[in-house]
Amino acid sequence: MKNIKYLLAGVVFGIILIKSQVVSWFRIQEMFRLQAFHMYGIIGSAIFVGMISILIIKRFNIKSISGEPIVIPQKQFSWGNIIGGLIFGLGWAITGACPGPLYALFGSGIWVIGITLLSAIFGVWVYGLVQDKLPH
Amino acid sequence: MNLISQPWPWYVAGPLIGLMVPALLLLGNKLFGISSSFKHICAACIPAGISFFKYDWKSQVWNLFFAAGIILGAFIAAHFLRGAEAVHINPATTAQLQAQGVKNFDTLVPTDIFNIGALTTVRGWVFIVLGGFLVGFGTRYAGGCTSGHSIMGIASLQWPSLVATICFMIGGFTMTWFILPYLLKL
Repeated sequence: MKNIKYLLAGVVFGIILIKSQVVSWFRIQEMFRLQAFHMYGIIGSAIFVGMISILIIKRFNIKSISGEPIVIPQKQFSWGNIIGGLIFGLGWAITGACPGPLYALFGSGIWVIGITLLSAIFGVWVYGLVQDKLPH
Repeated sequence: MNLISQPWPWYVAGPLIGLMVPALLLLGNKLFGISSSFKHICAACIPAGISFFKYDWKSQVWNLFFAAGIILGAFIAAHFLRGAEAVHINPATTAQLQAQGVKNFDTLVPTDIFNIGALTTVRGWVFIVLGGFLVGFGTRYAGGCTSGHSIMGIASLQWPSLVATICFMIGGFTMTWFILPYLLKL
């Protein structure tokens, strides 16, 4: 039952994704065609608020609700950040959705996106299969 | 502003998304991110002896609850908060897309491209299946997606996440400007 709080956090995030239209294929097209500020404003202000929040947590040494110190592991650079990033970007402009919005579009009733989700999961599986042979 | 009948502007939605970062940290030291859920689904359902999927996915099950919550929240927003209506985009974008062959602008996605029947066409396979494959393969290879790298990663000042985000955008611009017009004509 301790995971119910994450389900509720997901519900809130799902509502935000739909009501902000971040999930819209058309909004992603506007963004990549540089014809609207909407998506840039959302991503930029989300980063800003996230950054300030982390600074406050660190500055005041705020603990999690169960009393643990907050730990954010350092990411190691990998060539995957570049090559995988480019591959994801190509896919993002086709589907008009990154992983969160894929779940949200499915939930909103666009059931065909369920196939896109399965294909994304298959893509991860293929990555797992060949990752030893890829540059990192 | 009516939060139920109107779409939310960027300065409401963006900060709310940003607050997911401290919310998950405070709820249990969790890092905001979605794409890992695909990996956990592979590990749980189709590990097939692949070493990449040999780990204790149950210890990460919170991420699957988070993903399930997104589906549920989107259902609520679409059915009770008028979230599935036509999106009012820049008329210049509409005109460009119409010229490139997109017909339906009535909901969140162009349903002339994204529908089950389209799977009998090459274009349907490219948009519905290949697009998803690239999103899954690419995010895992990159180690994260828009939430994990672009928001959580950059907000915690991790330079590899900034590199990944720049590459997401380069990939997206390349597709939109140079490849998508041909894919829409398939």
